Amino acid sequence: MGLAKPDYANIAERGDAETSVALGALERELADAAAFTRKHAIAAIYHAGSGHPGGAMSSSDLLACLFGAEMNLWPDNLKDPHRDRFVLSKGHGAPALYAVGSHYGFCSPRSALKLRKLGSPFQGHPHVLDLPWVETSTGSLGQGISVALGMAMGLKLQKSQARVYALLGDGELQEGEVWEAAMCGAHHQLDNLCAVIDYNKLQSDDRNDNIMRLEPLAAKWRAFDWAVAEVDGHDIPQILKTFRRAAATNGRPSVIIAHTVKGKGVPYMENVPAWHGSVKLTREQAEEALTALGANRLEIQEFLDDNNG
Amino acid sequence: MTTTAEAPSLIGTSGDSLREAFGKALSELAGEFPKLVVLDADIAGGTGVHHFRKSHPDRFLQFGIAEQNMMAAAGGLAAVGLIPVVTTFAVFCLRAVEQARLSLAYARRNAKIVASHPGLDVGPDGGSAQALEDIAAFRAIPGMTVISPADPLEMAQAARAILEFDGPVYMRTGRSPAKRLFGDDHKFEIGKGEILRNGKHVTIVACGVEVARALEAAELLSQENISARVVNMATIKPIDAKLLARCARETGAIVTAEDHNILGGLGGAVAEALAATSPCPIEFVGMKDEFGASGEPEELAQHFGLSAPFIAEAAKRAIGRKGKR
Repeated sequence: MGLAKPDYANIAERGDAETSVALGALERELADAAAFTRKHAIAAIYHAGSGHPGGAMSSSDLLACLFGAEMNLWPDNLKDPHRDRFVLSKGHGAPALYAVGSHYGFCSPRSALKLRKLGSPFQGHPHVLDLPWVETSTGSLGQGISVALGMAMGLKLQKSQARVYALLGDGELQEGEVWEAAMCGAHHQLDNLCAVIDYNKLQSDDRNDNIMRLEPLAAKWRAFDWAVAEVDGHDIPQILKTFRRAAATNGRPSVIIAHTVKGKGVPYMENVPAWHGSVKLTREQAEEALTALGANRLEIQEFLDDNNG
Repeated sequence: MTTTAEAPSLIGTSGDSLREAFGKALSELAGEFPKLVVLDADIAGGTGVHHFRKSHPDRFLQFGIAEQNMMAAAGGLAAVGLIPVVTTFAVFCLRAVEQARLSLAYARRNAKIVASHPGLDVGPDGGSAQALEDIAAFRAIPGMTVISPADPLEMAQAARAILEFDGPVYMRTGRSPAKRLFGDDHKFEIGKGEILRNGKHVTIVACGVEVARALEAAELLSQENISARVVNMATIKPIDAKLLARCARETGAIVTAEDHNILGGLGGAVAEALAATSPCPIEFVGMKDEFGASGEPEELAQHFGLSAPFIAEAAKRAIGRKGKR
């Protein structure tokens, strides 16, 4: 279990020697959480025989920072109306969400390996009736950000201090609905809404640039009057600081454009569009990926043995 | 049971349009339902919710001309405990069917979609604006309740009923001034059809603007000594299968009448229900798988075969098919 957000905010805002030690410990813990997220997602996709590994690898550090530090969302406050909310707008990133959730106690890591199986709550895309902590059902790109916006609007109406985070894919930004939501979020001054873009530059068939250009991306969001920050989406200290700054923004929603590497941590997947889509991993591919992600022999066996899937 | 016989003086009296009746009802219900919020896409004057905007500006949420975002955002508003009522024209609800499917119905949100300007009742705006597919589209979404009230009183009652009901609802209002069909003792209930006029030779099952025309048709038929029963089927989903089976058994022939494509709407729902319980001859009055056009609603009903004489003819055809294979 990671540190609760109030502790983290305290640590981040002080900055003396004692707190920098604590911050270092938190960053190491988040790095462990991100590594676990990647390994678990690979194992789950291996057992499922299908799933999207590339985007799971690129978003793991962002998810670890959100679930492990930034958000006031824990298994024991899931019924609290003032909890923070997370919406996986890029619903195909489900394996990483289930993995990070299992790391932080929202579900058991073993059960979350039953990805995409009949009768399992861990569907190919998150479904809120199966897993309440995923907050809404996603999988059709563009809708998650609108749902998150509705949550942010409703929380403000009810005078709640809770924040709402939505993780979007870059290809997802080609959906017109995202820009409807962008206009609406700024108009309603939803400073409790934070969009995070997993900008790995690749989408299903090819590079964004070859499918439908997104650039100048930061300028687009600025033009929609959002507070824009760009960050290395694998640099945990930088991600943490960026989230804190976003939370301090008044009168405007925030967007964090996180530059990431698709397939991050698995050399044969990195920056290869073929690993975006739903793929079948062989035992050898899964082992090679887990090894690259730092798993030892025993861990690999535990993740990949048949009785797990 | 309210029958027209008990309240004949109201028939033919023009009242509020259904959209006006809905908008006024929402304003009146706001105090009783503190979680109610109304979503609009720059069309409040058209949908009737300008009444709510005026009475409860803090709970009136403007989304601009962006229905997809509005529909999915309703899922978020419901997720944090509010009761969102999404309002726009029926044709623009079609634009956001997938948002209603995923973010409202699949997530089983307590959100309501209320669509004005359905069907040929739109009139002069023409074919592009006349949604004749919405009942079919929303009916096919699991867990979605679909309602189309027939008169202003029933509309007001339905406004309350959908707020009391826990789950996603799609409800049609209407653009034109609507005739008062029901007396003050009328009671709308989700999922219940109602016999408005008794008859023994055929049953006309109608919803929305076609209910008034069905009553007219029954009058025309009585002049030819044909006794037609008229059922107001204000809830299309879940359909009142029990009442339909009874009508099929007792009258042996059915006509459905709707301001909608005959594919997939009320007619489809009735046929599906009766196929399972009490098959009998069924004739379908509605749009015959085509688009509408500009014109006044009554002209259009005449032109496209939705007016009372067409319903009466369909009734005779259905009766003629009794006992034949």
